[in-house]
Amino acid sequence: MELIRSGAGSAGPGRQRPDSAPLLRAIGITKMFGSFTANDTIDLTIRPGEIHALLGENGAGKSTLVKILYGSLQPTDGSIEWKGRPVGISSPSAARKLGIGMVFQHFSLFEALTVVENIALALSDRKSRSALSREIETISAEYGLPLNPNSVIADLSVGERQRVEIVRCLLQNPELIIMDEPTSVLTPQEADDLFLTLDKLTARGCAVLYISHRLEEVKRICHHATILRHGKVVAECDPQKETAARLATMMVGAEVRSLTADIPPPQNARTRLAVQDLSLPKPHPFAVALHAISFEVKAGEVMAIAGIAGNGQGELFDALSGERLSDGAATVVIDGKACGGLGVTARRKLGAAFVPEERMGHGAVPRMKLSDNALLTRHATGDHLLRGGVINPEASRQLAERISRSFDVRKGAPDPEAGSLSGGNLQKFVVGREIDRQPGVLVVSQPTWGVDAGAAAIIRQALIDLARSGSAILVISQDLDEVLEIADHVAVISKGHLSPSRPTSGLTREEIGLLMGGVGEPTMTGRGAVHAG
Amino acid sequence: MRVELVRRGERSAAMAYLSPLLALLLTLIGGALIVIVWRVVAMDTSAPDSGGLFGAIQQGFADYGRFLYVFFIEPLTAMWSIEDLIAKATPIILVAIGLSFCFLSNTWNIGAEGQIAVGAITGSFLPIFFPEWQGPFILPAMLILGMLGGMAYASIPALLKIRFGTNEILTSLMLVYVAQLFLDWLARGPWRNPEGHNFPDSRPFDGDQLLPTLFGTNIRISVLFVFVAAFAAWFLMRWTKTGFQIRVLGQAPRAGAFAGFSQKRMVLLTFLISGALAGLAGASEIAGPVGQLRTTVSPGYGFTAIIVAFLGRLNPIGAIFAGFLLALSYLGGEGAQIALGMSDQTTRVFQGMLLFFVLACDSFIFYRLQIVRRPVVPQTQAVAS
Repeated sequence: MELIRSGAGSAGPGRQRPDSAPLLRAIGITKMFGSFTANDTIDLTIRPGEIHALLGENGAGKSTLVKILYGSLQPTDGSIEWKGRPVGISSPSAARKLGIGMVFQHFSLFEALTVVENIALALSDRKSRSALSREIETISAEYGLPLNPNSVIADLSVGERQRVEIVRCLLQNPELIIMDEPTSVLTPQEADDLFLTLDKLTARGCAVLYISHRLEEVKRICHHATILRHGKVVAECDPQKETAARLATMMVGAEVRSLTADIPPPQNARTRLAVQDLSLPKPHPFAVALHAISFEVKAGEVMAIAGIAGNGQGELFDALSGERLSDGAATVVIDGKACGGLGVTARRKLGAAFVPEERMGHGAVPRMKLSDNALLTRHATGDHLLRGGVINPEASRQLAERISRSFDVRKGAPDPEAGSLSGGNLQKFVVGREIDRQPGVLVVSQPTWGVDAGAAAIIRQALIDLARSGSAILVISQDLDEVLEIADHVAVISKGHLSPSRPTSGLTREEIGLLMGGVGEPTMTGRGAVHAG
Repeated sequence: MRVELVRRGERSAAMAYLSPLLALLLTLIGGALIVIVWRVVAMDTSAPDSGGLFGAIQQGFADYGRFLYVFFIEPLTAMWSIEDLIAKATPIILVAIGLSFCFLSNTWNIGAEGQIAVGAITGSFLPIFFPEWQGPFILPAMLILGMLGGMAYASIPALLKIRFGTNEILTSLMLVYVAQLFLDWLARGPWRNPEGHNFPDSRPFDGDQLLPTLFGTNIRISVLFVFVAAFAAWFLMRWTKTGFQIRVLGQAPRAGAFAGFSQKRMVLLTFLISGALAGLAGASEIAGPVGQLRTTVSPGYGFTAIIVAFLGRLNPIGAIFAGFLLALSYLGGEGAQIALGMSDQTTRVFQGMLLFFVLACDSFIFYRLQIVRRPVVPQTQAVAS
């Protein structure tokens, strides 16, 4: 199938920032949490009809600023002007009254209710349910957000759920919409649809505050960008005139290390991880069943499994790690040893290591010290952390310290609780804990989820280095940039089916994106054809 | 201005120790209110010297002063009541140490009271059926049988949970009443002393069948079990892989599974540990202060131990201190009944308030209070035109 690169032409170059009086001005916003300054005299001006990007690493103060603008936090100092008048935004409902709406990264919808019921819950002033249904249809037609008001949320895709959130927001006639990482859950094609909607919104004079860490996307659709670092505004710029590398440098404050994968993966290496015809039923009604999944990862190679969240990645990870056992021993083979019926400790002893998607409560115990969390996955792997069932705390501490040093884990105390680390630092620790073992097989899910650019580069480089030293690495990731950057082969998981794997060299984002949307399956070609045509 | 609970970055070690003390203070304040209200309600306004409402409140304060003395101080002023205190604290602490394991692993054994009863029953088996048996082995055999009985009885809710996913809070609690009724039937029926003039008790145990006393006092050696159990439990919890597994599975079950620990094995293990200690407490009662099998052997020690476990921070050493405080409430309740004519439910009200406040105060280990000021700029008319 010959693919036409979709989307790239929809926005086009030469977006002009509208030259009008500011809609919202934040002046000298400062927010202290104890002695920690999350926002330090931030100035931000949003004009009507612009898409204004708010860029920054994790922990740069983006969410604090947004919470202040949406009224869920109160600033320690500073003031906000709305259309030239000073206002205090004491609560989200006050923000909505002013005309500020927000679309959250994590949806707040009731799965068992219909679209119109969910929206009615938020709009207490609408009395008639049928009138509201008509209103929803009008708005969704106007902005290109196709929705059936009577669908039950549980049946909707992630992209459709986001449309519900946006429509709910639009029904309150906002003049400013705040969007927190809106494309992080979308396929490239769904993201293109969203951008068209945003264009329609801005054409009517509505402003959008767009929070994202996807620089290419910001370059493509935003008129103006404000860049935060350590709670301060470090730059304002027109993102279309900057390169992605320049934007990244402004965010991080230093050149982001580019990855080196110069050495190609070795030819004819032995297979270290093989999965053969792995099928598992749904563990619970809202889970995904796995259907005859087969793949191999060879020594020295990084393989990626791409896919939209909720297509069986978690179920596959559990089957690989041994947290869930499979019927046939030969379904999972680690270094030649059939271990479909062996638990996670036995698989670790065979030289495998695992990093789950969820750091808190799965990869680490938040209320335990780092040394205890080192013991969590290393207690049976020959690190002498136990002597005859008795814990050797000094050995655990030294191990935690070694991991922290080699992976640049920044912590406030010598041995803090895992939950007190920032997301990026905990992720470096959780990944580092496994890489430190030099495992023969590493299965890692969403290795850089919610991690800032600097930490992501460290983690990705470590994964490549480990592979080139002879290990087999399987990365389960939703982040296409990451997949293309580090993987030698990629397969796509969709509804519990895994596509055949393909070498990443020569693949484009759009090709993977179409596979992610389920184009590989015969029943789903309709949607893909729209974009391919 | 409003008050918010704000999550702390790390758990506050200071609050973990302060919380029980704060809870005790709040319980004392709550107790004062109860005594004063009790006085006001009972006020006899028709009496010429009643002094009205003010007089009643004044009387309430005076009563509360006496109440505090009777409740907390008086039991410590005489040797016999100190001995009584130790006798009551011993089973409570033993049970609380076992329950700490359960609660740390996030399994909820509420049925220790029943496991005490079964321990008392199985512990009584030998002296009832072999009344002539004396010698160095009879007492250890009785205690071991008591522990086995408690373990077997505790394994029922554990196995039900593992096999069928039943809620162990309900099953363990309901089994309490089964055990109590069974004990009642045994003491009135088949195991009643034939020479006991129809009293519903078993034959009194004697000689080597009873726990020896220490240093010529009435304190029995079962108090030493408390210290041995506390030290062993502390070591197991703090320093061994088993204790680590219990803590991990209690805090983050998914992380525990990821570490390769079995939740089901831990449910069974913690129930067995707590059942064994409850059974030991039951056997120590019939071989100690009670001296025979009766229709009831425990005035709610198994429930009181739940409070003690939490008040002692689920730490075996903490359970020793908390156990003495709660044992004091038993003696104090009796004292208040005698000296002030208060209801015999005083002890339970006191214990209930203490558990309520300690659980509430524990919020401050992970959260702190923050007073939120109004926004700096007063809100103008917010009308979206």
